[in-house]
Amino acid sequence: MSTYIIRRLLYTIPIVFGVLLLTFVLFILVGGDISVEIAGKGATQETIDEIREEYGLNKPLFLSWDSQFINHFKNSLTFNFGRARDREPVIDKIKRGLGPSLALTVPIFFGVVIISVSLALVAAFVRGTVWDILAVVICVAGMSIPYLSFILFGQYFLAYRWGLFPVFFSPELRMAQYVALPVLIGIAAGLGRNLRFFRTVMLDEMRNDYVRTAFAKGLTVRRVLFKHVLKNAMIPIITRVVLAIPFLFLGSLLLERFFGIPGLGYLMAEAIGSRDYFVISAMTYISALLFVVFNLITDTCYSLVDPRISLE
Amino acid sequence: MSKSQQIIKTEPGSRLAGFLPKGTSLWKDGARRLRRRKLAMLCLGVIVLYFLLAGFIYLAEFFDWRIGPTLWAEQAGQSYAPPSAENILGTDIFGQSVLRKTLYGTKISITVALCASLISVAIGVPLGAVAGYFRGFVDEIIVWIYSTLSSVPYILLILAFAVVLRDRTLFGYKLTGITAVYLAIGLTSWVGICRLIRGEVIKHKDREYVLAAISYGCSRRRIIFRHLLPNVFHLVIIDFSLRFVAFIHAEVILSFLGLGEAERPSWGAMINDARIELARGVWWQMAAATAAIFFLSLALNIFGDALRDSLDPKLRIQ
Repeated sequence: MSTYIIRRLLYTIPIVFGVLLLTFVLFILVGGDISVEIAGKGATQETIDEIREEYGLNKPLFLSWDSQFINHFKNSLTFNFGRARDREPVIDKIKRGLGPSLALTVPIFFGVVIISVSLALVAAFVRGTVWDILAVVICVAGMSIPYLSFILFGQYFLAYRWGLFPVFFSPELRMAQYVALPVLIGIAAGLGRNLRFFRTVMLDEMRNDYVRTAFAKGLTVRRVLFKHVLKNAMIPIITRVVLAIPFLFLGSLLLERFFGIPGLGYLMAEAIGSRDYFVISAMTYISALLFVVFNLITDTCYSLVDPRISLE
Repeated sequence: MSKSQQIIKTEPGSRLAGFLPKGTSLWKDGARRLRRRKLAMLCLGVIVLYFLLAGFIYLAEFFDWRIGPTLWAEQAGQSYAPPSAENILGTDIFGQSVLRKTLYGTKISITVALCASLISVAIGVPLGAVAGYFRGFVDEIIVWIYSTLSSVPYILLILAFAVVLRDRTLFGYKLTGITAVYLAIGLTSWVGICRLIRGEVIKHKDREYVLAAISYGCSRRRIIFRHLLPNVFHLVIIDFSLRFVAFIHAEVILSFLGLGEAERPSWGAMINDARIELARGVWWQMAAATAAIFFLSLALNIFGDALRDSLDPKLRIQ
């Protein structure tokens, strides 16, 4: 077990290296020198040179201990991402945005998982009936509506038209107030895809011999579903659930942008608008790090849930 | 199909004449199963309509025909006129017909999704086949590349590519509007198909037909591209149809964030406009774009599932 975890840890090194290489190629090689853009219109050569100096853009790209290539790796590994366009350190911005983002995405995450897994069990319970077919039809229809439409219509009808929720974020509101509607919309938008996936997982599991045996023994449907099927369906459920967690970090970019919630998604949307490579590069790196960590956790979870699994 | 049609016609005198059922290819078999599903065929019809519309708009622009969709820039009525007999879907802030803009948006969406799909297939399929066939060092490098790419959240990766590629000149060609969009989507989303093809090629590698090809002395290139790939190609088709939906939705999000087509109408830009309009009670632009996306995605979702069931019943929903 511990050997496995150590080997798995070592395997993350090339991945982190790869992500750093990717951000280097994207934002420094292809992105190029953006000091003129940062300095704005009509800036003097001195200002531009100062900016170049600050971001290290005047250094050689490779082949030097002080090259941009080495510095990019050094800075990223020590979480020193420099300053954003508005002079605030990037890492401070990210720390500040983390709270609101988590307040929004954690409820969405648990809401979607709990509701869709329990509905999937119900669908497996009534499989083949009109209700099951209806559930599938609603899922496919829900998957086909663009995410943006969910948000816009939800915001328009529930908040603006009927006044059930505040329309936008404002600092004096309590968290539960401004988060309620986005969470509701997030759950509604994510439900179709997940319910459909979990239903397939359950139905696949139902075809197994042990289920037939359990029914043959005369167990009730409820007992078979909850005691036997759910436990065995845990592997695909865990994969999907744990690997979805790092995506929480980004928050729901679109939700935050629409409701003006100052989280990480909002930060990202702003950075895209102002072409702030430093912020986008830092976000890419951190979310990839989180993904690697959670991937590790998933693999460890597998061996906990299913002792048969021996990892290569 | 009656029994007699299935009977093979072998040369007279053969003992088996009249007994063997006629063999069908994977594709014929799949097409037969697909044709039995009425709903899937209806969806195929819808998809074909969207494609024809996009193609027609290309033709009309090429020959400068003055018809509805190509005249989207013209003023069709007053600003924010609600739907009426004159303008079926109303008008936007500049008095442009929403119907024309929606129809024109089809061209943008289909172009982006098609180009992005082709790019991702062109990268993912050969890489996956090579990795699966050669294994060893080549395999490790390719797996490393796609593991790296897939460790960044998908939408973040597309956004990063789109931000960097936008308005950049590469090889003397300026990447404007939709070019940057489909490049960003295509360059980031070949991972899924690459992984799928690699796994399948590993499974097929030791089968008799590949061993036979090796014993004939076929070159490795010939084995991969003429023997292995045709046998796993149905996966590409299935993946293609299901991925198309994701690309259309990605284009909408990119346009909404201001990274998409700026000068011509697209569904994402229409939804972006609607953000301000909805508060004024102007719902028709929003509704038109949503409906256009909804019907295309619905048709693609249902058809893609049916296609998967027909071509490869063992494959599971992702």
